[in-house]
Amino acid sequence: MTQQVPLLNLTGITKAFPGCVANDDIDLIIQPGEIHALLGENGAGKSTLVKIIYGILKADKGTIEWNGEQVSIDNPSIARQLGIAMVFQHFSLFDALTVVENIALGMENSVDLTELEKRILEISTNYGLPLDPKRHVYTLSVGERQRIEIIRCLLQSPRLLVMDEPTSVLTPQEVEKLFATLRRLSTEGVSILYISHKLDEIRVLCQTATILRLGKRVSDADPRKETARSLAAMMMGKELQSPARPPKVTHVDKARLEVKDLSLEAIDDFGVDLKNVALHVNAGEILGIAGVAGNGQNELLDALSGERSCDSSNSITMDGNPCATLAPDARRRLGFGCVPEERLGHGAVPDMSLAENTYLTAYAQMNLTNNGMIQTAARDEFSDRIIREYRVKCTDRQASAASLSGGNLQKFIVGREILQNPGVLVVSQPTWGVDAGAAAAIQEALIALAENGSAVLVISQDLDELMQISNRICAICAGVVSESIPTEQATVEQIGLLMGGATNQASVL
Amino acid sequence: MIRLERRSESSRAMTYLSPILALVLTLLAGIALFSAMGVSPSAALYTFFVEPVTTVYGLTELGVKATPLILIGVALSIGFRCNVWNIGAEGQLTLGAIFGSAVALYFYEVEGFWLLPLMLVAGIIGGMAWAAIPALLRTRFNSSEILTSLMLTYVATLLLSYLVHGPFRDPDGYNFPESRIFHDSAILPIIFDGSRLHLGFALALLVVVAGWILISRSLIGFQLRVMGNAPAAGNYAGFSQKAMIWLSLMLGGGAAGLAGVIEVSGPIGQLLPQISPGYGFTAIIVAFVGRLHPVGVLFAGLLMALSYLGGENAQINLNLPLAVTGVFQGMLLFLLLACDVLIHYRIRFGKRSAIS
Repeated sequence: MTQQVPLLNLTGITKAFPGCVANDDIDLIIQPGEIHALLGENGAGKSTLVKIIYGILKADKGTIEWNGEQVSIDNPSIARQLGIAMVFQHFSLFDALTVVENIALGMENSVDLTELEKRILEISTNYGLPLDPKRHVYTLSVGERQRIEIIRCLLQSPRLLVMDEPTSVLTPQEVEKLFATLRRLSTEGVSILYISHKLDEIRVLCQTATILRLGKRVSDADPRKETARSLAAMMMGKELQSPARPPKVTHVDKARLEVKDLSLEAIDDFGVDLKNVALHVNAGEILGIAGVAGNGQNELLDALSGERSCDSSNSITMDGNPCATLAPDARRRLGFGCVPEERLGHGAVPDMSLAENTYLTAYAQMNLTNNGMIQTAARDEFSDRIIREYRVKCTDRQASAASLSGGNLQKFIVGREILQNPGVLVVSQPTWGVDAGAAAAIQEALIALAENGSAVLVISQDLDELMQISNRICAICAGVVSESIPTEQATVEQIGLLMGGATNQASVL
Repeated sequence: MIRLERRSESSRAMTYLSPILALVLTLLAGIALFSAMGVSPSAALYTFFVEPVTTVYGLTELGVKATPLILIGVALSIGFRCNVWNIGAEGQLTLGAIFGSAVALYFYEVEGFWLLPLMLVAGIIGGMAWAAIPALLRTRFNSSEILTSLMLTYVATLLLSYLVHGPFRDPDGYNFPESRIFHDSAILPIIFDGSRLHLGFALALLVVVAGWILISRSLIGFQLRVMGNAPAAGNYAGFSQKAMIWLSLMLGGGAAGLAGVIEVSGPIGQLLPQISPGYGFTAIIVAFVGRLHPVGVLFAGLLMALSYLGGENAQINLNLPLAVTGVFQGMLLFLLLACDVLIHYRIRFGKRSAIS
């Protein structure tokens, strides 16, 4: 073994919360310049461990050595002084402030904003993370917000960079650029602790992997020598059944969702205008729309769900019914279902119970209302059915939506929409920030829905996912939706180019 | 060192304990206040909070004072659930009184069972019309209803003053700024002999039940709560934010207008330059002390009514100024808002420990 002093050496880390032991006697060694993967399902204890490293939580037991010296990381400020930087999965940004102001707020010392702006631009060009420092955060998409967090870390010239699911919002080309950056940082001696559920990425990027399951370290592995399947098996303790896309649709003449000439101006200066969007989804088919965050996905979802009503010059038909001017509940009565990207605050009301959140979209179609009164018995029965059939882990239907983990809440929302038996389902980022087990369950549910004859439209930034589950793929870039390509003929590079704005298929092929 | 630590989930127990804690702190502050004024605290608190309700008449008076507070408090609490901050219930109450009085004065010689219902409807319409102004400004121009509704209160007071000095003045009233005294058909029936407790109190109780059903059992109440909690989710569900803003303000305005006409056709019996000791503002405190729940509002309304009675009693028996009432009401709201911090935070003593 190497005689090198490890950069970070955790021994016997234990952390208990009321009701569960999140970390149980975990050892972790990170060498200088190493890209180290931390793998595990949601609830495996990754976040707790990372929070201990970054000084947000304090371990009950165990020691931390930094460069061979025992240290006590009491707060994030000490972590930053040591040279530890972290990109969180959930961002802590102020919506009303600009990018540069947000970054300045996170800094230890006061800085000159114009100087900082220059440095941000420099890093953003160097590392392929396009970002306008003057934009306000509330106008940015999830993907762009994550770039702020990455740049914020790189500004600190860290010795250890902790990254929690950083690539979920990048195009394959951008992922390649980021990986190049990370590899360069690694050769410069910066260590990287990389948390991701994308096993293929870990296999090409990381040199070591520590696998956690239910709070315990189950094994260390060299991901380059493992397959995605074997890594998943170690992580879950059982074989992962990867969902297969629905069988190829033979009758393509029955379009259940048809969009023609959909043009919609953005609400504010920072949104994206939709330009002449045309697409159709047939019965029994999943159409995937790939794209980098902030290219009109939100606008497209709003237009399809009816949250922004369009005028009659735009044509949206569902099973032949024109519905461009209809409100969301009227569209639902035509058999429309929708899962938005934001789970808390959009797909579900955080402070309301699961039963009430069931009622949120199911009140009309499922006969949960009688003379304007809530039929609580029917509502509770339906929410219990969602919880049961979609294996939502929660205390009961009275649990608030905010108390559920991301994956569980997503299963609940997807279940709520699918069990209403929609003819057309539009889903945005179905598995963003969701653990592998829940992601597989959600993907299987979408496929099963399509197999039963519904039309499913999936908007996702996760290209692997789209390649896996959809029958056809197209890309959205700057509000323009490309022509679709049958998945079996599509390559990741092709779609990547379409995501980057190549206008038509011909220039790609 | 004392510091606040965020709870992982908001505390249900504290939601209900907070008003009680605030009341205890208010009483403690009252003791300090009375001591500083040189009045025996025990005698003062007895005069203020106990003596008014030691007689049957006192209890009926409590109902008289609580009626407008409960009526308005229930409606405001529904609007507050939807994040619509109607601060101008006092003005809407005034308009309700004006509209109701206009009907009563127009038919001042006519007898009829239909007169009273007509007045009540006119009062509701008056309050709604006044609340429609902030609703329109909010939905069309996105101007804050907090400011517009509050400012319209002062306009309403001046309008009332103009009317009782001018068009509505009693022609045989020796130029006093008062209207004619209403005809018997325009006066609310007394429901408890020998007291002033009128039918309006029963109406208030009905409104409590109706409000409770509306907010907790109906689709409309659900829409209001979703819009207050997560507007984006409401939009996603197909609820209209504008409709909810209108509905909140119409409920608040209608209830305040009803309270206004009930005051003039109940305990007052004519239109005066001053018809309310700030019921519309006190109802805001009632709504919060009642935890924005109709049943809570019922109890909070009785409590605040007691503060009015106690204030009058303290003036008479202890020579304390009228301001004591306002001080107690203000302290209660102030301390309640402070105690509400404990719903989301807990107090920790000592050094900062690891938190998530």
